[in-house]
Amino acid sequence: MKKVKVDPKGVLTGSHYIDGDYAIAEGGLAAGCRFFAGYPITPSTETAERFSERIPHVGGVFIQMEDELGSIAAMIGAVWGGKKTMTVTSGPGFSLMMENIGLACMMEIPLVIANVQRGGPSTGLPTLTGQQDMMQAKWGSHGDYEIIALSPDSPQECFDLTIEAFNLSETYRVPVFVMTDECVGHMHEKVVIPPAEEIEVVERKWYEGPKDKYLPYKLDKDGIPFMVKAGDGYRFHTTGLTRDERGYPVINAECQSVVVPHLVDKIINNADKIIMLEEDEIDGAEIVVISYGITSRVAIRAVQQARKAGIKVGTLRLKTVWPFPEKRIKQLARKIKAFVVPEINYGQIVLEVERCAAGKAPAFHVPHCGGWVHDPNDILKVIKEAAK
Amino acid sequence: MKKEDRLESKNPMEGFLRMDRIPHIWCPGCGIGTVVTSFTEALKKSKLDLDKVAVVSGIGCTGRVAGYVKLDSFHTTHGRAVPFATGLKLANPDLKVVVFSGDGDIFGIGGNHFIHAARRNMDILIICVNNFNYAMTGGQVAATTPMEANASTAPYGNFEFAFSLPYLAEAAGATYVARWTSLHLRRVTKSIQEALAKPGFSLIEVITPCVTLYARRNRLGDGLNLLKYYYDKSVIEHGADTRTLDISYQGKLVVGKFVDKEKPTFLDRMNEHMTKILGDKYVKYGE
Repeated sequence: MKKVKVDPKGVLTGSHYIDGDYAIAEGGLAAGCRFFAGYPITPSTETAERFSERIPHVGGVFIQMEDELGSIAAMIGAVWGGKKTMTVTSGPGFSLMMENIGLACMMEIPLVIANVQRGGPSTGLPTLTGQQDMMQAKWGSHGDYEIIALSPDSPQECFDLTIEAFNLSETYRVPVFVMTDECVGHMHEKVVIPPAEEIEVVERKWYEGPKDKYLPYKLDKDGIPFMVKAGDGYRFHTTGLTRDERGYPVINAECQSVVVPHLVDKIINNADKIIMLEEDEIDGAEIVVISYGITSRVAIRAVQQARKAGIKVGTLRLKTVWPFPEKRIKQLARKIKAFVVPEINYGQIVLEVERCAAGKAPAFHVPHCGGWVHDPNDILKVIKEAAK
Repeated sequence: MKKEDRLESKNPMEGFLRMDRIPHIWCPGCGIGTVVTSFTEALKKSKLDLDKVAVVSGIGCTGRVAGYVKLDSFHTTHGRAVPFATGLKLANPDLKVVVFSGDGDIFGIGGNHFIHAARRNMDILIICVNNFNYAMTGGQVAATTPMEANASTAPYGNFEFAFSLPYLAEAAGATYVARWTSLHLRRVTKSIQEALAKPGFSLIEVITPCVTLYARRNRLGDGLNLLKYYYDKSVIEHGADTRTLDISYQGKLVVGKFVDKEKPTFLDRMNEHMTKILGDKYVKYGE
């Protein structure tokens, strides 16, 4: 993994009062994204608008595609053309991208998709919040594969985690999702963008050996293959079919048994390096509230009140949602009385908590079907119930 | 003369093909290989730097072309070759990007991408092999199947209207449009050569025999019978009005070059427009 300084043209150093959507665009530009293919969808559109306004001053391409299927296909093409690429979307658009997210996993493409979640299913609540795409982010495309998903809870973190998303995508050659939500996307807060020389990003893993020896899917020591770009004389081939080191299709169980474990293991085996958690008052806690995105900010109120009422409550915020912090949940499950998991859906991440806790500690869900954030009292009620 | 230098022991397309992937999967009598031959011939004649030519295919029989050409080549998902090519071209404008795929891929599942890439005058060349059906999956009815023809999902004959590809392409904004059959090898080569030399969105439709499915189900004989049909029923009419190019079952095939016009490409327009509006503040792209 080679770290390099960023191109200062994309970095809007200073203190800004902007929303999460804008911060995502600024994070992408700062990280060196110079190709954005997108399709407008509420509540994410502002990211595309911001990028389209900024990119002519930075040098790069913004293209509004005909749909989200086109957006993600163009992004994968642009990565093979040598660019860092991103897009932004919400539920319905995320659904449309699923097939080519699978292609990106199979071709091992570094790219970033921000999903500013809204209430579903279907057209649902275009202008109102939700956290209902968390399982889709993990399982949405067909077949077995792994992706990385981050979940910012503020405009500042939208900026920071978008840069981190690019770094993770380049390190592991995998699509990375920034799973935020309408509240964070439309929330205006102070966002501090540091000077360009203080931002380091992960350089693409460029191949530098002899041209005729290049094998697109030969794994390097770290388990990640090298990349080249089209036009540099490698005359390589790549496909969405199960393939060998040369990138040639090999349609049999033996080859599948090499490719699929690789796509999964390169993420799972590095989970400790990928996972970012924020913990508060975990030591000695009897209840641990696990949350992510906007819900973690709403939960603070409930946690404070519960502490006032004498309940020992710790919090664990998932900045990385996928891969799931299985180890940490297992450790905690042995020590605490119960988990409380508020999220704006009918039970997604709570299922993972339950799986990892494996019966050692119960997980109490605080569901919400979307449209607004939780009433902190609803979370408080469940904390009290869990502490009984 | 050494044995390996003898003509019969060396494939003249060797430099253009991934010989380690030959034999290919196409059926005897299929026309796709003929179109690939024309393509490699056109590349040879065009004297382009082959390191700067990329081929993008979707899914289907013709979708396999990307796997056989010794270029930067991408076998993508069904219907998405055109937007993939759009991203590739925009990310690296030095490339000559060719989409090589079938009628089902480009005009069925991928039709929306085709019209939008044409509208933008994206600088890519589309070589569409039209065999009138979905062949890879077993001969299902397509957006190009002539009315009355039989297909595995139109067992009583097709009753839908078919797309006329040149008409659609011109209406959407393509700057170069030609149609040939795989019998017109020399003409296909010349068209590909012309289109490779021309910036902008080009479509070359090549009608080819699908012996195993379309011809068998319709009792049209083998590859040679279909070439005979092309020979008997094709008429070269350069510049023909694209509104008149519908294909009826075993009917007349109007072929030729129909559109060849100048228009700025997407990137030309972007740079020109942004410079006009933003002046010195615009960071020019791809120049």
